[in-house]
Amino acid sequence: MPMILVDGQEIAVKEGENILEACLNAGLDLPYFCWHPSMGSIGSCRQCALVQYQNEEDTKGRIVMGCMTPVVEGARFSLKAENATEFREAVVESLMLNHPHDCPVCAEGGECHLQDMTVMVGHRDRRYTGKKNTYRNQYLGPLIHHEMNRCIACYRCERYYRDYAGGKDLGAQASHDHVYFGRHEEGILESEFSGNLVEVCPTGVFTDKPFLKQYSRKWDLQSGPSICQGCAVGCNIAPGERYGKVKRVHNRYHDEVNGYFICDRGRFGSGYLNSDLRLDYAGIKKPDGSFFAVHQQQALETAAGWVAGKKVAAIGSPRASLEANYMLRELVGKKNFVPGYSDSEAELIGSILSILQSTTAINPSIKKMESADAILVLGEDVTNTAPRVALALRQSVRNKAFELAEQMGLPSWQDAAVRNLAQDQLSPMIIVSAVDTRLDDVASQCVSLAPDQIASFGHAVAAALKGGKSDNPEADATAKILKSAKNPLIISGSSMGNQGIINSAAAVAEALNTPETMLSFCIPECNSMGLALLTQNDACSLADLVNKAPKLDALIILENDLYRRGDRAEIDQLLASGIKVITLDMYENSTLDQSDLVLPAASYAESQGTLVSSEGRAQRFYPVHSPAVERMPSWQWILQLAGAVGHKKLSALEHLDQVITACAQSNKDLKGLIDVAPLNSFRNLGSKIPRQTHRYSGRTAMNSGVSVHEPQQPKDLESPLSFSMEGLNRGQPSSLTPFVWSPGWNSNQSLQKFQSEVDGPLKGGSSGVRLIKSSQSGAVVSSEVGEVTLKQHQWQLVPMQQIHGSDELSAHTDEMAELAGHGFIAIGEKVAEKLSVSPGDGLLVRQGDLECALEVRLLSRVAKNCIGFSVGYAETQGLIAGSLVSLEVDTNWQRSSPEMIASDKAAFEQVITEGGAHNV
Amino acid sequence: MLSELRTMWEVLKHTFTKAETVEYPEQMPYLAPRYRGRIVLTRDPDGEERCVACNLCAAACPVDCIALQKDTREDGTWYPEFFRINFSRCIMCGMCEEACPTYAIQLTPDFEMCEYDRQNMVYEKENLLINGVGKYPDYNFYRVSGMKTASKDKGEALNEARPIDTKSLLP
Repeated sequence: MPMILVDGQEIAVKEGENILEACLNAGLDLPYFCWHPSMGSIGSCRQCALVQYQNEEDTKGRIVMGCMTPVVEGARFSLKAENATEFREAVVESLMLNHPHDCPVCAEGGECHLQDMTVMVGHRDRRYTGKKNTYRNQYLGPLIHHEMNRCIACYRCERYYRDYAGGKDLGAQASHDHVYFGRHEEGILESEFSGNLVEVCPTGVFTDKPFLKQYSRKWDLQSGPSICQGCAVGCNIAPGERYGKVKRVHNRYHDEVNGYFICDRGRFGSGYLNSDLRLDYAGIKKPDGSFFAVHQQQALETAAGWVAGKKVAAIGSPRASLEANYMLRELVGKKNFVPGYSDSEAELIGSILSILQSTTAINPSIKKMESADAILVLGEDVTNTAPRVALALRQSVRNKAFELAEQMGLPSWQDAAVRNLAQDQLSPMIIVSAVDTRLDDVASQCVSLAPDQIASFGHAVAAALKGGKSDNPEADATAKILKSAKNPLIISGSSMGNQGIINSAAAVAEALNTPETMLSFCIPECNSMGLALLTQNDACSLADLVNKAPKLDALIILENDLYRRGDRAEIDQLLASGIKVITLDMYENSTLDQSDLVLPAASYAESQGTLVSSEGRAQRFYPVHSPAVERMPSWQWILQLAGAVGHKKLSALEHLDQVITACAQSNKDLKGLIDVAPLNSFRNLGSKIPRQTHRYSGRTAMNSGVSVHEPQQPKDLESPLSFSMEGLNRGQPSSLTPFVWSPGWNSNQSLQKFQSEVDGPLKGGSSGVRLIKSSQSGAVVSSEVGEVTLKQHQWQLVPMQQIHGSDELSAHTDEMAELAGHGFIAIGEKVAEKLSVSPGDGLLVRQGDLECALEVRLLSRVAKNCIGFSVGYAETQGLIAGSLVSLEVDTNWQRSSPEMIASDKAAFEQVITEGGAHNV
Repeated sequence: MLSELRTMWEVLKHTFTKAETVEYPEQMPYLAPRYRGRIVLTRDPDGEERCVACNLCAAACPVDCIALQKDTREDGTWYPEFFRINFSRCIMCGMCEEACPTYAIQLTPDFEMCEYDRQNMVYEKENLLINGVGKYPDYNFYRVSGMKTASKDKGEALNEARPIDTKSLLP
């Protein structure tokens, strides 16, 4: 380890890092703007200046930029030298020349890196008396607010949006002190990762628009360590609450999972938590179909009366916590428990689990995926099914560039130089899919095949890898690429609803048979994997339940809208079969409307539980605020119900820790659950960890509008966190970090004070426990591939997951709904020509008796005889993946507006009201 | 003995000095304009609410007796949806006034705040807002801020140049 000297103090540094990283690792405060741990250095802001001395005799030294200067053994630096401090102050002074007098009305205020750095360098008074530059703002969609006057031209936004996230529609314009960061014209930002601009921008140019509508300062937010419920990736998030509303979601760093970034569904998709559809009180259905509210206790007594000593079945949920599912399964017995995903999905996820439990390939974390140097994607539009994984894939294709840089002796953090060197050379990524995907732009090859042919393609690649030569030259070429790679990655998933594709992915990974081969699957929901681990393929299917419903007395449904899981007629039959239906959910939906008793469940922001991500990582989420009104966490409802009916095993339990222990003991695969997070009894230097900042305001006035007598702070009896500002938020296990703050570092850049080293794990270690242990025996999969015979004028339906709109819960957020637009049918240009329709027209899609009128979208590439449809939209409910349909032009179709697709409409209207496009 | 006599003399001497106490409430004491009493919210010279809901007063308050929620007007400017001071907690320290960047919150020379019911010590925005500028007659934050408002376009704030035409290549 090289040693360097900073202000006379010896510091051990890491080989190859730069002096800025070395200083931050040593806990020294060196101001910076443009450098970002995952985006490297470009030396554009000149803020991290310090003095470097040539040798012991050199007393004058020269100013160097910390982020651009590599550390070498024995190098001498000074942060405190007068010319360095003056230089840094002068840089901030010049950055502030044009900065508007906006802080009180800026959503960044209080967590602004520019504010922090200004205070840190000691700049106070503006000496320049000239006029300030101003700019017009742009409308950038419902998620991001733009205020260009506040820009300090660090280029972080452009580097993140274009270079890191692969966006095309945001960039730097104009020159010298006129430089402008925005779109070529006003409109909705296209990238699915645009929300990270809010955290990447060191000042208030890009701010969170939904948060701005109900804004509170960072110091006023009560935060909790949580896990995103948007998909199965398991990104760590930190939602912030005030006045009983979850106001915003910030990224919570996890070195192996999401790093510094989350997707827009994760960041902006929690608005449904404050929706009017949320349930506040338990309700019993009256004969006229409406509900009347009852007290918790009365609801429990009613439920107990229907359940005690009766034949009861239950339906779990992949969007509920593992604990709640476990309790429900124990309550009704294994044979009467339906996991809660659709029957076809249950099979797919079951097989994914058994493949991961036997494969010789590595089941990679997201961080690990970034090391892949050749990628084969089989049948997944990863950006829409596991968005954060797609962002990682965009980084792994850059491994070619890093390889070239290494040959040249160029450090990987020299971002501009590395990009210059590689130009557009990328590591190979082969995408085999039925329709175009959002990663096509960085793929070395895109192959469009029908779902079953994708599986055949996979098996052909596997055959070619095993030495045989297939009759498919594309598969041969793919096999060659994978074989020559050091860290090949195979990604597939369940979104196509096709077992053959999943099997073929496993076959390719097994055929590769190198110790560094990685195999990963995208699965649909936040706890799909947990449910598969819990039930171990030993559960009742939804279809069986429908058949045996008449023999039952009662049915308990846990956080599940069944109409999204199965055929409408079947579900109607189940719910109307005369049995008592008890539903536990947090918001109103069609299943809930059909129930006899509804119990209001707490949301993820009000409850605690464990989720298992697609890589098998069990992670705990904690409440951000205590449950409002009469809501109660699902596991607690079931626990109390079990107590009321006198269930032997469950009524002995009292706290969540006991439930977790019982759950871990129930099944050998869940053993690791106990170690996921510290027990309730954990204390950080004798006190609980505060969810509120030490500057939390309004404690004696928040509730005084209702009553001047101040209520006691709510108590959290289940976790080592408290709803209070007392305690210590430092040095605890990283799964218990509700927010990041450090003296002098109010922005999210204070994260580096929580990391063990720059870009490394948090000081408390990487959180979560990986539950899937592979036996390394090798996955044995069937090479059987389905076959579809099409009649004339028939097409095969291919499901298209949408990041905005396909997810059940986030779709109830206004901004998500706006971006989701209407359900659509996506066709290739040839089909469009044949039917003479253009985007925005209507098509009638006939699947058996079902007929849907859907808006047309065009695909840039599509497999022969395939058409795509949006999954999870009300308009496309009932359409089944892989089924055969006929198309007809809808003559009664009304175009939503001329020559415009739904997502552009909002931009258009905004432009009208604001008086035209105005970035001049 | 001598000291006792001296003490009595000293006390009796005060019989002839002028009283320091006043006959309150018939006789009101003089309170300087900067006296720290009941808090008000003032308006700018144009008659609009001065408070921009920046939350600095709430953060500065040592007894945490100020709570507010930001809302946005149609033109994008900020204002408090509600603004509440719990005077039963307030210690009239004036930190909120010092923290206020817009001169909205000001302390007044009124200390007469007595209630039989403590709930009445909770003042909402309509109780706090006055129809005047208070101690600072001329200041209007939005004339200085770079934010576009209904009455002011980009580049029209104090000391601002006209918006840049990013499509121009001229220096």
